[in-house]
Amino acid sequence: MATPSLLLLLADGRFPAGAHAHSGGLEAAVAAGRVTDLASLEAFLAGRLATAGLVGAAFAAAAHRAAVAETVGSAHPARSARPSDPPAGSAGRSAALARLDAELDARTAAPALRAVSRRQGRALLRAGRTIWPDARFADLPQKPGGAHQPLVLGLLCAAAGLSRVETATIAAYGTLTGAASAGVRLLGLDPYQVQALLVGLADACDGTAADAARAADDPPERLPAAAAPLADIHAEIHATWEVRLFAS
Amino acid sequence: MRPDTVVPSAVPAVEPITPPPATPPHDETVPHTHPEPGVDPHPPLARAGRALRVGIGGPVGSGKTALVAALCRAFADELRLGVVTNDIYTTEDADFLRRAGVLDPARIRAVETGCCPHTAIRDDIGANLDAVDELAEAVGPLDLVLVESGGDNLTATFSRGLVDRQIFVVDVAGGDKVPRKGGPGVTAADLLVINKTDLAPMVGADLAVMDRDARARRGDLPTLFLSIVGDPTATSVADWIRHELAHHAALHPLDVPVGPA
Repeated sequence: MATPSLLLLLADGRFPAGAHAHSGGLEAAVAAGRVTDLASLEAFLAGRLATAGLVGAAFAAAAHRAAVAETVGSAHPARSARPSDPPAGSAGRSAALARLDAELDARTAAPALRAVSRRQGRALLRAGRTIWPDARFADLPQKPGGAHQPLVLGLLCAAAGLSRVETATIAAYGTLTGAASAGVRLLGLDPYQVQALLVGLADACDGTAADAARAADDPPERLPAAAAPLADIHAEIHATWEVRLFAS
Repeated sequence: MRPDTVVPSAVPAVEPITPPPATPPHDETVPHTHPEPGVDPHPPLARAGRALRVGIGGPVGSGKTALVAALCRAFADELRLGVVTNDIYTTEDADFLRRAGVLDPARIRAVETGCCPHTAIRDDIGANLDAVDELAEAVGPLDLVLVESGGDNLTATFSRGLVDRQIFVVDVAGGDKVPRKGGPGVTAADLLVINKTDLAPMVGADLAVMDRDARARRGDLPTLFLSIVGDPTATSVADWIRHELAHHAALHPLDVPVGPA
């Protein structure tokens, strides 16, 4: 780990990328009476890690892989190029990211969640463009709502010099902490107990990130596609609420 | 940056740059007539390279939304205007403005703030900047964007990355000791508005005390007393904004766009 401070910076919930306005589906689950206390929050977070966490981490890792493709030979001399490696250069990166964008759309059944992912990607991109102006964000697909958040995160982490596993860890960790923090606000849970709950999930989070980083060697269509239909339904209902605390 | 270590925005007491001679002079006495709706035959103020962004913050119920509505009325035929609202948990303020009919709904954007209205205007401003960009994408270039914060407390301030000027609104019904309590909004906002002066006799608020305390807290920074009941277009505040617009146009000339919208 060459740059631990940058890993912490990008994983920090205070990094200004709009995360504070999102509950990761928790607000809808609380309103539906499915999350009421620490135990049910833990179950919610474990489920979120295994679905949205794994998929998001895998796509962030794959975007990171596309971003560093041209330097694979020099950065990792022990590893020879594989046939499934994305082509190097800007055109190759653009093509790889466009495929990832389409594949992530296909894995995000709820239109509301697609919009949220792109909105969060746009927020992260705004921060990233200011902080790392030389990064290869121009290779992201130009979609009306913005690029998906995991794709932007992958490029951002590559620009910060982080490894693929670190990238996947930030993605997986973010899916936990956003919802956990929303749990403190929505349910008035003891913040110490909620942090203890996150400590208990740390191994699972690291394992998810490792799985996601490995999966990123596969072609885009083979990336993880774990889904939670109830979360999709909740997200669609939540988007229609007149009064809500969180944007998602 | 940790929220508790944010450096209070410095407010320049002196304009740092004098307007270049090429900029048209700021003249509020020129009457404006608009024979064709939607077409400005002669812009009333020098157009700037990007919109002046003015934050309007203050405690819950101090009259921020009413002030925004009054300014919409004041600038309706004069400026290309956009409004961004930051509600605590609804789009209530945006809905109020739409219902009030003071501004084309296409010119109003609501930002959802996840229980943290101060975060969205100070620490993590991306959603608000997105909203400003979306306004310009939807309705074209703007002269003025009003960014209304969600009702918060006396510690809320806007990031200088989001707004160029900020107005802090308190009201006499909140108690005449509010200016004395200070806080970054009261002490450092570019303009302090003490609202609902018509209620002062009814709530036993002493405007002289509020004026004295505001001067003590704010030094040379301006304070305006306002009653939107008596002045539905908030004339004094609108005049202050016109003045700031002229300075802004001098700093951001039309041919050198600076940043988004």
